Amino acid sequence: MQRIFISFIAASLLFVSCKKDSVSSYNSNVKADLSVEFDNIAGSQDLQLNTGKYKTTNGDSITSITKLKYFVSNFSFTKVDGTVYTIPQDSSYFLIVEGDSSTYEPSFKVPEGEYKSVSFVLGVDSVRNTLDASKRTGALDVTGEASDMYWTWNSGYIFYKLEGNSPQVPSMGGMGNSFMYHIGLFGGKTTPTINNIKTISLDLTARGTPKVKSGKDTNIHLMVDVLKMFSGTNTVSIAAHSMVMTDAYSASIAANFSGMFRHEHTEN
Amino acid sequence: MKFTRNIALIVLLFGISIYACKKELSEPFLGFQQPSNFPQPTYHFESNTVTKAGFELGRKLFYDPLLSHNNTISCGNCHIQTSAFVHPGHSVSHGIYDRLGKRNSPPIMNLAWSTTFMWDGGIFDLDLQPLAPIANHVEMDDTITNVLAKLRHTTTYPTLFQKAFGSTEITGTKFLKALAQFMVMCVSSHSKYDSVMRNEGAHFSESEQIGYSLFQQKCNSCHKEPLFTDLSFRNNGLPVSGLNDEGRFSVTLDSSDRYKFKVPSLRNILFTAPYMHDGRYYDLDGVLDYYSNNVQNTLNLDPLLKENGKLGISLTSADKLNLLAFLKTLSDRSFLLDKKFSEQ
Repeated sequence: MQRIFISFIAASLLFVSCKKDSVSSYNSNVKADLSVEFDNIAGSQDLQLNTGKYKTTNGDSITSITKLKYFVSNFSFTKVDGTVYTIPQDSSYFLIVEGDSSTYEPSFKVPEGEYKSVSFVLGVDSVRNTLDASKRTGALDVTGEASDMYWTWNSGYIFYKLEGNSPQVPSMGGMGNSFMYHIGLFGGKTTPTINNIKTISLDLTARGTPKVKSGKDTNIHLMVDVLKMFSGTNTVSIAAHSMVMTDAYSASIAANFSGMFRHEHTEN
Repeated sequence: MKFTRNIALIVLLFGISIYACKKELSEPFLGFQQPSNFPQPTYHFESNTVTKAGFELGRKLFYDPLLSHNNTISCGNCHIQTSAFVHPGHSVSHGIYDRLGKRNSPPIMNLAWSTTFMWDGGIFDLDLQPLAPIANHVEMDDTITNVLAKLRHTTTYPTLFQKAFGSTEITGTKFLKALAQFMVMCVSSHSKYDSVMRNEGAHFSESEQIGYSLFQQKCNSCHKEPLFTDLSFRNNGLPVSGLNDEGRFSVTLDSSDRYKFKVPSLRNILFTAPYMHDGRYYDLDGVLDYYSNNVQNTLNLDPLLKENGKLGISLTSADKLNLLAFLKTLSDRSFLLDKKFSEQ
């Protein structure tokens, strides 16, 4: 009986201390470190550039993935109390490049607090797509970092690139069995076009909320499953669509984008 | 005696040449000049002020084959000044390793008034235009990052970039801005037509005047004065070739844009043959015959070319002669021969 009573006291103390730690000690006027890790995978396997072999859910074989690159931008984080913090535009554009680990973890300074969700854009918004060349710096520099992610002949960023090989690709002159998915199109400047900009919103409560505080680096670990690009809203057959660039079908692929991202855990 | 005379002659010639040089050097750089009979330009000068050093750097880059993968093809190869910067005699141009493109090289002329570039209008900012031919497999086949690296390794360019932009650092933005400065300066506004319109003393001949009236009735809706293009995209009814080039559709993916191409300017038209987006007509007689006899009712044919149930534009042979007389008044030799736009 006494033991039960002590345990009860101990448990309530723990509860109180937890509460205190998670709410009252945050100072929302102070900004602290929060990063979002993009961990690229293929189904239940880690994504191995050039060497990994995978199968899509509809049975297509992928004998290699040779390139995976995508833009993530316009991050915003929502606290458990509902307040939203949007990252300033100038530091909210990142190019994730599989094979270059320095790109996997965009990091931010956000107000201290506990966060329940994150939202970001897969791609580049229309404003940045039409900006003066001099303002396209860093990840958006079309003469530098972004030069491989830009359609020079049809002004606009490529949001997402996946390239590789599959025996399902009908062999055509010189191209072997390679597939290429270059998905972009921001809606057009002078004339409306397809808009493949996708906002991804992820709940963080089910697998651990980030508790951001000065003096530590909190990390939101996301899994990005490239195989989900082939299924979800639309089933994408590699045989039927092995090359998709500025093409109406790009919208069918972009519709699958949000399903690629899931929150794995948070390192507090 | 003969000896002193020779010396005197040499001294005199030397003096003249110094004078000539001086004269050229001291010619003031006026920057972008707005022709009084033109609308306001649409280029964003506020984010790229044209300066003498910037323009000259742009001109040097324009004529530099370093911009291509194997250092053999410059912009000037397919854009020749004496032909209003088109590639005369070539339906489509041959770029690096003589690879052929699929469209006719467009003129570089009065681009400060354009809001879209290329036959399909895929590019919406003149600053971003040079990226396309540099990267194109059949044109220069290089990467912009490699071109910038090559420029940084030269002894001349860092100094020229400093003169133009205040530091020896060569960046992509400066590179693009310099090329744009050269291109916006390529203004053609000194044709006989302009002189007549601005009341500068020139007058149309009778035939030119009749041609002008015909032009206003039958051509001006698309080839709108004073730029001689309304900058729109239209299908002018050319038989679709084996290439099945879908034009503007490839940019907008809107099926009502299939087979539409940018309406080209008619300025300096005597010098810009061959004609049409794929250069299929080698002379103006062919073009006028086409409009009067051969327009096809292809998908999205422009309504103006099928008015009253009739395809094309009705033109008598006398009309054609008068129209040709008028079109000749759009030639601007001072632009075609202006040394300031030539390779130095």
